[in-house]
Amino acid sequence: MKDDEFMMNQTEKQSPTNKSMSDYLAPLVREIPPSGIRKFFDLVSGSKDIISLGVGEPDFSTPWHVREACVYSLERGNTKYTPNAGLPELREAIGEYLYDSFHVPYEPSDEILVTVGGSEAIDLALRALIVPGDEILIPEPCYISYSPITKIGGGIPVGIETFAKDNFKLTPESLKASLTPKSKILILCYPSNPTGGIMTYEDWLPIAKIVEEHDLIVISDEIYAELTYEQKHVSFASLPGMKDRTILVSGFSKAFAMTGWRMGYACGHRDLISAMLKIHQYTVMCAPAMGQVAALEALKNGLEEKDHMVESYNQRRRLVVQGFREIGLTCHEPQGAFYAFPSIASTGLTSEEFAQRLLYEAKVAAVPGNVFGLGGEGFVRCSYATSVTQLIEAIERIGKFIQKL
Amino acid sequence: MEQFKLRIIDLLKEDARRSPALIATMLGASEAEVAEAIKDLEDAHVIVKYATVVNWAKVDDEKVTALIEVQITPERGRGFDAIAERIYLYPEVKSVYLMSGAYDLLVEIEGKTLKEVASFVSNKLSPLDRVLSTKTNFILKKYKQDGITFEDHEDDRRMLISP
Repeated sequence: MKDDEFMMNQTEKQSPTNKSMSDYLAPLVREIPPSGIRKFFDLVSGSKDIISLGVGEPDFSTPWHVREACVYSLERGNTKYTPNAGLPELREAIGEYLYDSFHVPYEPSDEILVTVGGSEAIDLALRALIVPGDEILIPEPCYISYSPITKIGGGIPVGIETFAKDNFKLTPESLKASLTPKSKILILCYPSNPTGGIMTYEDWLPIAKIVEEHDLIVISDEIYAELTYEQKHVSFASLPGMKDRTILVSGFSKAFAMTGWRMGYACGHRDLISAMLKIHQYTVMCAPAMGQVAALEALKNGLEEKDHMVESYNQRRRLVVQGFREIGLTCHEPQGAFYAFPSIASTGLTSEEFAQRLLYEAKVAAVPGNVFGLGGEGFVRCSYATSVTQLIEAIERIGKFIQKL
Repeated sequence: MEQFKLRIIDLLKEDARRSPALIATMLGASEAEVAEAIKDLEDAHVIVKYATVVNWAKVDDEKVTALIEVQITPERGRGFDAIAERIYLYPEVKSVYLMSGAYDLLVEIEGKTLKEVASFVSNKLSPLDRVLSTKTNFILKKYKQDGITFEDHEDDRRMLISP
């Protein structure tokens, strides 16, 4: 029995009154629809022999030296709580790394907080900042959790549509058009999941100006910062005057192939970080000790291996983009992350129809673009973090599928 | 060597059957550039051969491999080269390395049976003039060869769809 069915059965049987158990839920939580990606996951789980381009994580295993560092640490009995904000040496290493790589200086003692994945950091930031009724600006299509977490925190998510013609960049015009007196936070995710779009220094400057003028706080999810291909990532926090207004969120999942470890961090002004730390210490106490040891090893000795992985993604990026174009799909050039976001508008199908039929008829899984919010309809997200052989086979299958339509 | 050629070598080492067209796409170069670079590498004997890695444990034919540590008296003027050549010319010999440490040459021998390998050592290798001693180590199981693991336990365990 699936979890959902199980839960429903339990609900009906064990209700102590005539109420349904779900009547006890907070309306705020009850009203959040299940994620579109979850629905598609259930479809895919039942299928066999499929090639999945739907995976949002690296295909590399965590580098062996990182895993080994964790094993040794466990053998030595390092199984206790760490300080709430994370191991001091890990925070030092994160500070050094961010300064060396993206030129943002953070003080390890009170401006860096180690979290359970970047996801916790985003949740903490929103919970620390939202006053019910605040509007939270979210460029879309984007990672699926920003809007639900905003709602749970009592905020009002305001999507800002971005477009393929702009390479899914956030433009100052559309940001301005979405501003109201209630606008408080802007959530940024560049390099972007799902579009692969990035923002350059020149793209950022007018955005930073608006942020300043309208006194916004920025939560900048830079989890894909290491995965850019034509140019280096520019951190929003590195822009003139933006550091104090920005909560920089990142982690180890994508750059070091450490998704399952759940290791992330948030950096920002000490007043904001200490507020987030308060929530963090009362909810999770600290990020897992063994994960922190592994993360420290990744920063100390894993940068070279990371470069190899980035080169390998880049090779596969070129392969899929050209592949999609050859089979007749319009595909803008993704500059970051490991996703291509081809347009399927030419097929006349909606994203969901396309993805479902592709799954059943061609045995390829891709995520329908509409689940990522405004501007996602008409596209599918295809992760190229999978083997070259599988990518070639997948493109061939998609090509045949389109021909038959 | 230039980065471009090193990347081509990496891609071919992963899979020697990759076409110049595919490699060109992956590296963002033209097919002609890649073909020319591969030809250069072949001409310069940087790329020596495109071989196949076989897991013989899965083939019914019996095969026995041994690594033999050989001590040698080097030859005046030619050092170890002449005797190494004498040894590597035997088709049974799969590889020969000059080593630092307790012995001089490491010789890899492949045969159908244990007896066949033993007979090669006693009848052909040991009697060679400059061979002082041999020590034969039979390989019981191959776990990894040339960076390739034979039994991969790190298969893809990712969920098929994730955000």
